[in-house]
Amino acid sequence: MTKKTANLRKEGRAKLTGRALYIDDMHLPDMLHGATIRSPIQRGLLKNMQFQGDLPWHEFTIVTALDIPGQNFISMIENDWPALVEKKINHHGEPIALIAHRDKYLLARALKFIHLEIQVLNPVKDLDESLKKKEILYGDDNIFKSYLINKGDIDQVWQQADYIIEETYNTGAQEQLYIEPNGMIAKYSEDRGITVWGSMQCPYYIHRALMPLFNLPAEKVRIIQTETGGGFGGKEEFPSILAAHAALLAMKSGRPVKMIYSRAEDMANTTKRHPSQTHHKTAVNKEGKILALDIDFVLDAGAYATLSSVVLSRAALHAAGPYACDNIRIKARALASNNNPYGAFRGFGAPQSIFALERHLNKIAKAIGKTPTEIRRLNFIKKGDSTATNQIIHEDIDFNHLLDLAMEKSHYKKKLLEFKEYNKSGFIKKGLGIATFMHGAGFTGAGEKYLASVTTVQGTPAGTIEVLASSTEIGQGKNTIFSKIVSDALNISEDFVCIVNPDTHLVPDSGPTVASRTTMVVGKLLQSAATALKETLIAGQKLKPKYTGQEFSQAIKNYIHEFGALKSTTQYKQPNNITWDEKNYQGDAYVTFAWAAYIAEVSVNTLTYATKVDRFTAVQEVGHVINKTLAEGQIEGGIAQGIGYALYEKVLYKDGAMINNQMTNYIMPTAQDLPQMAVHFAEDHKDYGPNGAKGIGELPIDGPAPAILNAIENASGMAMNFIPMLPEDLMVAMEEQERNAKS
Amino acid sequence: MQKVNKINLHCTINGSKKNFQCYPMARLLDVLRENNLTGTKEGCGEGECGSCSVLVNGDIVNSCLIPIVQMQNKEIKTIEGLTNEQTLNKIQLAFLKYGGTQCGICTPGMIIAACKLLEKNQNPTLQDIKTALAGNLCRCTGYSKIFASVLAACQEQRP
Amino acid sequence: MNGDPQDYHIIQTKNLKEALTYLADSDTKWTPLAGGTDLMVLLAAGLLPTGNYLSIWDLPELNKIHIEDDSIVIGAGITFQEILTNQTIKKEFSMLTKAAEMTGSVAIQSRATIGGNIANASPAADTPPALLCYDAIIEVTSIARGRIDYDYATFHLDYKKMQLKKDELITAIKLPRSGKPHTDYYHKVGTREAQAISKICFAARAYQQNNKVDDIRLAYASVAPIPLRARETEFFLMGKVICDQVIEKACTKLAAELSPLDDIRSTAAYRKKVAANLLREFLCGIGQKNYKS
Repeated sequence: MTKKTANLRKEGRAKLTGRALYIDDMHLPDMLHGATIRSPIQRGLLKNMQFQGDLPWHEFTIVTALDIPGQNFISMIENDWPALVEKKINHHGEPIALIAHRDKYLLARALKFIHLEIQVLNPVKDLDESLKKKEILYGDDNIFKSYLINKGDIDQVWQQADYIIEETYNTGAQEQLYIEPNGMIAKYSEDRGITVWGSMQCPYYIHRALMPLFNLPAEKVRIIQTETGGGFGGKEEFPSILAAHAALLAMKSGRPVKMIYSRAEDMANTTKRHPSQTHHKTAVNKEGKILALDIDFVLDAGAYATLSSVVLSRAALHAAGPYACDNIRIKARALASNNNPYGAFRGFGAPQSIFALERHLNKIAKAIGKTPTEIRRLNFIKKGDSTATNQIIHEDIDFNHLLDLAMEKSHYKKKLLEFKEYNKSGFIKKGLGIATFMHGAGFTGAGEKYLASVTTVQGTPAGTIEVLASSTEIGQGKNTIFSKIVSDALNISEDFVCIVNPDTHLVPDSGPTVASRTTMVVGKLLQSAATALKETLIAGQKLKPKYTGQEFSQAIKNYIHEFGALKSTTQYKQPNNITWDEKNYQGDAYVTFAWAAYIAEVSVNTLTYATKVDRFTAVQEVGHVINKTLAEGQIEGGIAQGIGYALYEKVLYKDGAMINNQMTNYIMPTAQDLPQMAVHFAEDHKDYGPNGAKGIGELPIDGPAPAILNAIENASGMAMNFIPMLPEDLMVAMEEQERNAKS
Repeated sequence: MQKVNKINLHCTINGSKKNFQCYPMARLLDVLRENNLTGTKEGCGEGECGSCSVLVNGDIVNSCLIPIVQMQNKEIKTIEGLTNEQTLNKIQLAFLKYGGTQCGICTPGMIIAACKLLEKNQNPTLQDIKTALAGNLCRCTGYSKIFASVLAACQEQRP
Repeated sequence: MNGDPQDYHIIQTKNLKEALTYLADSDTKWTPLAGGTDLMVLLAAGLLPTGNYLSIWDLPELNKIHIEDDSIVIGAGITFQEILTNQTIKKEFSMLTKAAEMTGSVAIQSRATIGGNIANASPAADTPPALLCYDAIIEVTSIARGRIDYDYATFHLDYKKMQLKKDELITAIKLPRSGKPHTDYYHKVGTREAQAISKICFAARAYQQNNKVDDIRLAYASVAPIPLRARETEFFLMGKVICDQVIEKACTKLAAELSPLDDIRSTAAYRKKVAANLLREFLCGIGQKNYKS
């Protein structure tokens, strides 16, 4: 039989030897550099723009909104995000104009000589001001989108409750901080149209955005992904605006234009994780059963709606967690403000609402005299239970077992006792904290149906296989996973399988590389396509049911020689057992869930108020693990970002501008800050994906923040309800507690 | 201020003698990248991320912080000089096998830092590795598999 | 990269005399650039003033460490890497070794120089508190006035202002070797464990005789426009036996003595509180007591 390869990273060699080409490594002849003129004011009306100083302005290409051939918006859900300001300025740094020049240094200098005259208006700075309607920015109440999920009859329950526990939880913005900044190169010609190369997660999002902007048909817009140095959602929707900018300059100048953001520009001006606030009101009986969950969730969407309605949706659908409760009300709203539009970041709303819920469970436990594990065990969802949207869980999920595993691997019980003793003296306090949660992979509800993703597996005249899908390699290992799925389905060596680079002229639209869907949804489509291709060869008498790799290769050649082409295309079809009511937000929100129990072990230094995560245990049920190294890599990377989210990464604003927009001052954990991570996969419930694999890209960032703050409470007694939670914050809380104790 | 003229810069890059005409304040990073050596990356421009790491006379440095005038007659080694695409060295092979690279943008700098470490210390502890690589930021891996790769490379080096 | 290389004239000097001759030129302003780990960041940000720069990297007179009987003389061009690999410094001036280890990363340490660290005069720099504890002497040289020694404790005058004229270079840092028994303490509180700018850094040295404090140095970074010795608190502790009362009084004095600011990295309140906590930890240590908050 065919020798299987080790499924090593497909593009690994190029990356390891510095030969992989990222967008800034590319040059085109005659290329210009482009830069963006941005608003220095958070909110206002543009009156005038002047080009001053003794510069050769005639050498520059200058683009304003007036140069946009089609519609001035980046096509998305609401179509409200302008590519360039016409008159209204709605956030700091909003792009007003573009300039290009051959000399990138002259370009940088030129920016200082462009004078903008702006009539300043009062901005809405945050959620609070927006909710209070300090100014009306959208509609009549600043609400871009709202959802109301109702299950059972919550208002009847309060009287029956032995306890009613309320609390408010806050989460801050977070910067994706991919190590490769955003960048694009665009080229335009009359006959070919636009070609854009760049760092991106979703070539077809860019494709869809440029068509109406330029008034061009699909075949005249070509988007090509270059090696991408990290995305995490930060290159999901944002690249569309940068691509539009580069293309506008390319069109006006008639030359290729490269736009690469400096780190400072990237941090200050691209999308970030939505800040949130959750208010929980919970009815509990004295046995510890949760009778009602009343959740009010708000997001700061920033100046434009962009993807906020979808982030809000996911947040709302994860807000009640993996707990069985008959009465749930989730009110979710996304509010307009004059902040830079917030956008996609791994987790996409779930980290925000899960933080609140998992902290709240600990608060409930404390209030009623139960432990964090007891309260969860009393309420875990099981097969046959329903979620907030009345989705029946058909998996025989044993959450107690997952939690047991996590507790065993983290030596939870033993350490709890040890730490209790340890904490009696000395200034370091140790503790453990838990988070139990789920993450729904794939697009919500009917989302995958609307995406209607397509993939193709085809043979080449050379007797090899090509995989065509628009999914992008962004470090997660998509090339390697697709290679394995297809080569396994065809029962040939990976050496025969080539993953075609995402280029909208070459690959079909398999949907965006987001929502933990790439392996589960697109991988499954490829598995089907590959299987169908194999069956075509067998049915066409080109191949016997048992074959070697060489025979397979020959069969491809023979088939193509005879029939001209060998191509197998599959399109997503929603499984029959999925029903979703978009209007009432009821039904099967997700095709499947991955389940997790995470445990953080921390040390709190009461001299410096700094928290260190000493050890982290992550147990998750994921259906099927295709490549253990890659899967672990996803979990470990997600945990690292979750630790940053909890303890280090704070976005500091002044007048709507991010002022700590440098790596020195936006604190991402280094190797020295991160703990040993123990990762364990359970593969009990093979459900939807290829061989039962569930999506896992985002799951790992949901758990760390609440687990860590739960651990801090265990260690120090301090209940902190917002993130990022910095030493300065813990100090203030501890001092206040001391003052209250004395008085 | 008088007009700034380009200088003749002589140095050795990856074993080959090179001669550049460049402005003396040009960053070593830019001189490398503008001369076909794009393996060295710019992630931050402030000496924080380490993706611009190269070796100068055997020392690991952030090339984004070096004015080229200081590189006269120096020996510079970049990621391209470590091996070619066919023959990975033990560290690169370990990264490939153990998942030390994901998106790859920090990888050239990481490999340079790991090579520098193993040249000085063939049997580093986990803490030694953390210290040596603390100046190379990775957003993808959480560092676990980078450390595992370096440790594996050491084990394979021992007889 | 927002700084245009064409706007900067930089020449590499061959020796100290050549460098000082350029600096002595009253018609042209020359700014020394050593390892570049501070100035090149400004260049990329478009914030480095254009003009004339003098590379003093690798000058032979500045890149040696001399071990003398009564002091260690560290050339201003010595890198952090060279400091932290020097065994004598590690043995007798371990706080300086620690400061060098905690600054930046390995790649920064191979380029950052001790002279540059002092001349850049960041209030958050990691070596100054150690140097203050060691009663360091800064040697400054010019063509016109030759070599002049300054007590490091009075070298910094105000934010980015120091006893360094424009025709002078810092040429050496001298650390007097001490025979007397002492206890050292160095704690940098950064924004994270590695590659961090300090939120507060505390270095201390105490000489005790018959259980009394004979002499003491308490030095801080990031609590003032310059690296600072807490003189009033030091004065209070002189001659005292360390007991709970003395510790608390010292912490109170310290809180009154320091007026740190809120900035992008931390708050005044945090700096004040943690400064006192670290002092308390140090004093408990020399008083052989368990830390009690």
